Amino acid sequence: MMWFAAFLLGLAALAFAFRFAGQVATGRAPYFRDMTFGVAYGYLLAAAALIWLVWAYVQGRSPDPLVANKFFFLRVAIEGFIFFTIAAWLFRILGRNVGTKQTKRLFRSMPLTAAFGVMIILVYIFVAVFAGVLAPYGQAEIIRGVPANIMPGGNVAMGGNPDFPLGTDQIGRDILSRLIYGAQNTVGIAFATTVIAFLLGGTLGFLAATFGGWLDQVLSRMVDVLMAIPSLIFALLLMTIASVWAPRLGIPQTYFMILIIAVIDSTRVYRLARAVGQNIVVMDYIEAAKLRGEGLGYLMFKEILPNATAPLLAEFGLRFCFVFLTIASLSFLGVGIQPPLADWGTMVRDLGGFVNFAQFAPMTATPPLLAAGAIALLAVAVNFVVDWALHRSSGLKD
Amino acid sequence: MTQEPLLKIRGIQIEGRSDETWTPIIKGVNLTLQRGQVMGLIGESGAGKSTLGLAAMGYTRDGVRISGGTVEFDGIDLLKASANVKRDLLGKRIAYVAQSAAASFNPAHRLIDQHIEGPVQHGLSGRKESAEDGVALYRKLRLPNPEEIGFRYPHQVSGGQLQRAMTAMAMSCRPDLIIFDEPTTALDVTTQIEVLSAIRDIVAQYNTAAIYITHDLAVVAQMADRIKVLLKGEEVETAETRTMLDAPTQQYTKSLWAVRSFERPTKPAVQTGAVPLVSVRNVDAAYGKEKVLHDVSFDMFAGRTMAVVGESGSGKSTTARCITGLLPPSAGQILFDGTALPADYRKRSKDQLRQVQMIYQMADTALNPRMSIGQIIARPVQFYLGLTGKAKRRRVDALLEQIELEPSEYFHRLPSELSGGQKQRIGIARALAAEPRFIICDEVTSALDQLVAEGILRLLARLQDELSLAYMFITHDLATVKAIADEVVVMKDGRVVEQGPKDEMFSPPHHAYTDLLLSSVPQMDPDWLSKLLAERGVDNIGDAAVNKM
Amino acid sequence: MGNVLTIILQRLALGFLTLLIVSVVIFVAVNLLPGDFAQSILGQGATPESVAAIRRDLGLDQPLVTRYFNWLGGALQGDFGSSFAQASFANFTGSASGSGSVAQQIAPRFANTMFLAAVTAAIAVPFAVFLGVLAALYRNSIFDRATNFFTLSSISSPEFFLAYILILFLAVLNPILPSVSNIYNGMPLGERLEKSLLPALTLTLVVTAHMMRMTRAAIINLLASPYIEMARLKGVSPMRVIVRHALPNALAPIINVIAINLAYLITGVVVVEVVFVYPGIGQLFVDSVKFRDIPVVQACCLIFAAAYILLNLTADIMSILSNPRLRHPK
Repeated sequence: MMWFAAFLLGLAALAFAFRFAGQVATGRAPYFRDMTFGVAYGYLLAAAALIWLVWAYVQGRSPDPLVANKFFFLRVAIEGFIFFTIAAWLFRILGRNVGTKQTKRLFRSMPLTAAFGVMIILVYIFVAVFAGVLAPYGQAEIIRGVPANIMPGGNVAMGGNPDFPLGTDQIGRDILSRLIYGAQNTVGIAFATTVIAFLLGGTLGFLAATFGGWLDQVLSRMVDVLMAIPSLIFALLLMTIASVWAPRLGIPQTYFMILIIAVIDSTRVYRLARAVGQNIVVMDYIEAAKLRGEGLGYLMFKEILPNATAPLLAEFGLRFCFVFLTIASLSFLGVGIQPPLADWGTMVRDLGGFVNFAQFAPMTATPPLLAAGAIALLAVAVNFVVDWALHRSSGLKD
Repeated sequence: MTQEPLLKIRGIQIEGRSDETWTPIIKGVNLTLQRGQVMGLIGESGAGKSTLGLAAMGYTRDGVRISGGTVEFDGIDLLKASANVKRDLLGKRIAYVAQSAAASFNPAHRLIDQHIEGPVQHGLSGRKESAEDGVALYRKLRLPNPEEIGFRYPHQVSGGQLQRAMTAMAMSCRPDLIIFDEPTTALDVTTQIEVLSAIRDIVAQYNTAAIYITHDLAVVAQMADRIKVLLKGEEVETAETRTMLDAPTQQYTKSLWAVRSFERPTKPAVQTGAVPLVSVRNVDAAYGKEKVLHDVSFDMFAGRTMAVVGESGSGKSTTARCITGLLPPSAGQILFDGTALPADYRKRSKDQLRQVQMIYQMADTALNPRMSIGQIIARPVQFYLGLTGKAKRRRVDALLEQIELEPSEYFHRLPSELSGGQKQRIGIARALAAEPRFIICDEVTSALDQLVAEGILRLLARLQDELSLAYMFITHDLATVKAIADEVVVMKDGRVVEQGPKDEMFSPPHHAYTDLLLSSVPQMDPDWLSKLLAERGVDNIGDAAVNKM
Repeated sequence: MGNVLTIILQRLALGFLTLLIVSVVIFVAVNLLPGDFAQSILGQGATPESVAAIRRDLGLDQPLVTRYFNWLGGALQGDFGSSFAQASFANFTGSASGSGSVAQQIAPRFANTMFLAAVTAAIAVPFAVFLGVLAALYRNSIFDRATNFFTLSSISSPEFFLAYILILFLAVLNPILPSVSNIYNGMPLGERLEKSLLPALTLTLVVTAHMMRMTRAAIINLLASPYIEMARLKGVSPMRVIVRHALPNALAPIINVIAINLAYLITGVVVVEVVFVYPGIGQLFVDSVKFRDIPVVQACCLIFAAAYILLNLTADIMSILSNPRLRHPK
């Protein structure tokens, strides 16, 4: 602690020197002349962090396995970051040169983060669609003649098996295959849920905006009440009930989950659709259409909906992330997607304990981290794309 | 003029960022201002007036940069000066009065606290002295209750008073130069005249130099010693006010001046006993519990234009909403061709709806941005007349030609690809497509620049003659009334104050409010304000006079 | 001032009403369960007599409306009934009931959760507001972009991912902090803090990201207002522009942001408590969900909802109080 404080103080002194040196070297150029101390300090802090990262990376490549193990994850993270940056950059170049005129123009103004997001989303879609082809084994397949709990890493000396690069789980299923199928189940279910939430919330929201009056009042008050209960808590409560009903009715619990989360989430969609709808409904062109005597269908589909697509699309991305994370959390808590379906949240729960062995064999900790990371990666990707889309539509606002 | 000028701008170039590229806003303008002189900057929207005004303070907004030229204030180069030097000048020697006083006062502090911030922060005087000085300035600017008004928060004070309080704030350090950025644009005419006279007096009294930015020629004629005309970031010409008004040299300036002279010939009076096309009979209306219209009655006839004038909140647009059926009247009725229309538009027949069409003030919100021009105009053609395929297309083409837009060029465009005037024409075409007999024009020209507005007025006049349409023309601009109206209705606080043929309305004697309204409209004559003040006295103009009624 | 008071009273009444309706929703939802709960507690081998006895014990034989008011009346006095798990246990052993009251089970855990939330808020709020203001002041700079990148990543990560990452780096690879928060009553504060630090840090990561982004947006929105430009054009120093002109108006949105995110904490706390085996109300809730211990689930749900509504209400009232238009009516 003392050491850390001394380090910060030292940096402060260095920052002062840095600014002074800059002023002298550039002959009091406006940039250095008007630089505040905080900015100079920020530069040095960033430089120190960068130097530490390089040092850590070198440590991770150390021949001493103890040291290398300790920095293994940092090393992988840094390598992963560089790899994804380069991949996204190449992907953007590809996008700028291949495709229709519109997509080319889209890629030209795209920041790297958004390109990364689009790329990752495409990869996930590919894996989800072709999971059956890509995965070496079935998701629920207990492979004959293969022991349970094979160590990940494929190193025979460490109790691994090269045929099962990520090992097998406690009942002898291939973890890699389950990870790949997870794309299908976790992402697919989240997507379906979001679509239902949108159909429900969007329709009601637009109806409320168009009609106003008592319909709007009733729906809005209902939504207010539903939104007053934290969504994860409410979902857990309803899942408890569903878990009793599901076996009685012979309907898989997962269907209940889809419905429950869709309904809970549709309240948020309703709010947005209603707000967007209300903004459009007050426009003069809607008044003109009403005065023309147009019917409800024409108003909704020709006048309102086309003008609401941009905000709704961005919201779809955000809602998808939210639903996806909620489902992952429910599964992690044991009440979400049910076995034998392979699912990332459940995998993290089942394999999470292995993180504690990372000190001795870093590879053992990878399966839960990969599963959790797969969730995070997709959510990050979607968020990056949405962030860019929102920034684009807000124009020059900031 | 041997004296060194106070402000010297040379070849200034300013760029604005749009979509990651920089496009020029001001393309090398020069400006010289002597001490105590008032320079009027005039131009249409997008001419770069405000940007230039701010650049005179060495200031640019986000996304705007000065790329060339010099700004010299009293020998100090503002573009090279350090932030501290500039900050010392701002407020103290150069002050700014913004267009929207309501948004430019900090809502969290009292007026007087904001007033004294300049002098106190610049170390010119103590809190007490500058507060006393503030009250004195409020009094000079003829604010009501000068002793107390400073202790109010901005939202507790009306727009016209706030604008004067802001002028007082700009004066607080007795600056050498004040930039007025459209200070009266958002105000009603009767309020505007009070603010104008107050500003003019105080600037003259302290011999302050000023740059007065506006798009209103008549206003600038009252305020400025010299006028500079800007067009798309370039100077058109500069001259003394009288010279400029009497003998402009440039074509563009001449055309600006000419707009004011457009006037239709007077039509013969309506025959007695003729059935009015639309008749508003004793209409009352309310929003919720608040009653907004009281016993409004007037008649409109085919082939004629009824101008409905009044200040904001007078009930002009509400009357229009009653006629269209959007706001069913609580009493009274609307007759169309002698028969009563159902009060609610939803109960009207398709043909009844077709007969009454509307053109809106903001063409931007009146056209669906996701539909092409062709689709927008074709919809009523198909909806009301049942035309489809080639017949529909032919009708749309004919309508586009009627509003003087080339069909092949505009049919597939989106509204966002059109200029403001063109959008307004599309709005007209959509109304015409229904083949109506009556059109409500709600402030159709007030969002447009003067030259464009005149084009729209001429088009509307021509269409009326060709198609024998009846217009209800809602406006607050009396120049527009003069140009196009046959009859006039004056409204105030939801009541009809006076009505009659245009010529009668524009010649005395008439109702005191009409008189006030008419006399408050600035004229091009530079002596108009002085004459009016001499005639009526400072306390008998504007809101003060309204309150006495 | 009377004006503001009326508005606040209205909001309070509305909040109370919402809570009441929410309690109905929770109660009705729970009663959607198939009726023979007593049976499921006792298992297949139960005799009809013991089932009936337990139903009577738990008041399950009363009509729905009566049960609701009994439950609500009890809840208002801090009595949430007795836990099913404990009840059946008591029944089997024949010991006196009372040790199995839901309130007794929840109370210490509720305190633990509040402690965790307080630690998190103490770290996250100043940190997030500071970073948010900084990002707004230096918007579009490298710093702004970098924080945008990190906050987006952190928002997108499920809580358990962040939790395991922190465990990996701060507990396993570098054994600085314990990865399991086994907290008991009467633990010294220092030790308690140390054991709660990892879950608190996990929550901090999530909440800070949200809070920072919202603060940044609020401040940017504010700095674009004409009165800030006016202050600059009056030659007011940058520091004074922030302190005198921006801050009084920024207070409302920032307080709002804080309250909303503290409300968000309530959801986040469930997952994090499970990962770290932290004996809080969230963990109890998840366990009860698994064992279908309905009275506990009901009580936890109501507490979570109440806290959530209360925080949102606070945000609402704070923004009313800091609005000069309402404080100084015309």
